[in-house]
Amino acid sequence: MLASPGAARSLRIAGVAALIALAALFPILFPNPTATNFGVVTLIFVAVTSAWNIFSGYSGYLSLGHAVFYGTGAYFLVVAARDWHLTGSAIFWLLPLGGLAAALIAVPVGLIALRVRRHTFVVITIAFFFIAQLSAGNLSVTGGSSGLLVPVPNNWDPATYNNPFYYVGLIIAVATVALAVAIRRSRYGLQLRAIRDDEDRAAGLGVRAMPVKLSALVLSAFITGMAGALWVYFIGQAVPQFVFDPLFDLAVVLMGFFGGLGTVAGPVLGALVLEPSQLWLNLQESNGYTSEILFGALFLVVILFLPRGVLPTAAEYITAGRARLLRRREQQQGAPGAQAPTPAAGSAP
Amino acid sequence: MGTEVTHAIADGILGGGVYALMAAGLTLIFGVLDIINVAQGIMVVLGAYLSYVLSVHLHLNVLTGLLITVPVMFVIGVAIHWLFIRPLRGSERTSMTLLACFAVALITEGILYWRFGSNYVSLHNSYSESSVHVLGFYLADIYLIGFGLAVAAIAALYLILYRTTFGRAVRATMQNQTAARLVGIDVTRVAAVTFGIGTAVTAVGGMVFGSINSFTPNSGYDLISRLLAIVILAGMGSIGGALVAAVLMTTAEALVDIWQPDWAVAVFYLAMVIILTVRPGGLFGRRAVRAQ
Repeated sequence: MLASPGAARSLRIAGVAALIALAALFPILFPNPTATNFGVVTLIFVAVTSAWNIFSGYSGYLSLGHAVFYGTGAYFLVVAARDWHLTGSAIFWLLPLGGLAAALIAVPVGLIALRVRRHTFVVITIAFFFIAQLSAGNLSVTGGSSGLLVPVPNNWDPATYNNPFYYVGLIIAVATVALAVAIRRSRYGLQLRAIRDDEDRAAGLGVRAMPVKLSALVLSAFITGMAGALWVYFIGQAVPQFVFDPLFDLAVVLMGFFGGLGTVAGPVLGALVLEPSQLWLNLQESNGYTSEILFGALFLVVILFLPRGVLPTAAEYITAGRARLLRRREQQQGAPGAQAPTPAAGSAP
Repeated sequence: MGTEVTHAIADGILGGGVYALMAAGLTLIFGVLDIINVAQGIMVVLGAYLSYVLSVHLHLNVLTGLLITVPVMFVIGVAIHWLFIRPLRGSERTSMTLLACFAVALITEGILYWRFGSNYVSLHNSYSESSVHVLGFYLADIYLIGFGLAVAAIAALYLILYRTTFGRAVRATMQNQTAARLVGIDVTRVAAVTFGIGTAVTAVGGMVFGSINSFTPNSGYDLISRLLAIVILAGMGSIGGALVAAVLMTTAEALVDIWQPDWAVAVFYLAMVIILTVRPGGLFGRRAVRAQ
């Protein structure tokens, strides 16, 4: 039961490998287009929520404007594919460029928004979101409020149409989670979490807060932009109110909070549980408001009763349970050793 | 041309009064409770729908209707605070309450969609049809009534804050919660009533907003983004600043609207971004940005 640290580590590696293998086999096990469609969107959210968590979860600066980066990546792909006359799988090469476009946008956003403290920061990210939505609706390059169409591949086999999107999404998602692990274990990740706990003290101890925060935001924006580009290619059209959707921001934050803010596995769990349920609910009730009300109610429940997320709370229970087990075992072992198995020994602390 | 500009300025100032009132509720809640109530936008829409129901189904005059909608919105505000805000404590409280308010906004929007659908409605009343002739153009009565109501409500807020015992308790809570508690102020009650007052002003704001514009449950997003821009520009926590910022913003919007209608709303956010790069605390913000 109580494995040594080395055994626990190899167990964890085996678990992660099994999960990735399962994810890789998913389109073969469930070739149904609805299932793979859910899979693509869920993987996009795994990547985006993990990327959001690398910035917001680690640094404590909650961003409610990641849709800005998502939408920038999306519009970049649409416009570049149209102007450079790309079709088919060649369009996938635009994803890193879409990420780069989002990262470029993140620099001025961060330089302005990261000068203020946390609660004003949240509000400013919301304001940037509305600027982006408004610009997309009014600029000619984005096709205005009627939006643009993406040249979707029309010669792909309908039965396996979703698969290329699925595997590209899987690569982005796995790479993002690996990056989240690497950052969490690095000195850089420690600096980010020091900023979260007490920015003034961290700065006093020599953490250069602004470059650390800004680079985390830019990195997070890069991944979010790539995911947005993949999403828009998958959906096939870019309309301002869907590309810059306030519900997207909320969904990402809820998924992060649900699993556990600042942990690596939490956002992944949040996306894996919540995104498919929401997609399924939308399939059952297409009116829109049912999922909106349930979504808000779930959000309240998580904030009020599980403010630290499912995983940290569960980990606490497990640790407490283990400690209790250990104590009981020590008592049982201690009792024969003392050679006084009297009823009184059982009640000793 | 001259008339157009004067008209735009008059529109901006009168419309700014209503935004100032909604923003005053937002900034009051922030000042006392350190909470960014992002549900304020949808509360304005809820206030507008309440007025709509009263005028369509009970044929009440919209001004008489305020006697019902203001207390109702007050109770809703107190209930939101009691159920979802009060239980949240700890170091992450500001972020958590913001998300809780967002969740409340989402649920309210969903309920409004469920009850009223997604079609645009507007509050028809005699005040939006009749108008007065000033300086060579016509102004709908509702603009003047709305501005008057907003100024009266903001004046009432000031009187409550600076001339009553309760107001003194509110200001004490704003300055130092622990000290306020030590001198015997029931901080939780002050917080609940403040949240109620901050929400009650949306009943007035919603009535005027609904008479000037047509609205859907989706209108809350546009409102809250403008209100947040006003509050940030003013400096969070400053009611007088909110009045100045609101009038500045709506006047600028009305002026830009003459030449570039598509970009008029962008003025709000551009002004905010420019001010923030120069003064991160806002125009009238406290000099030291409050430490987390």
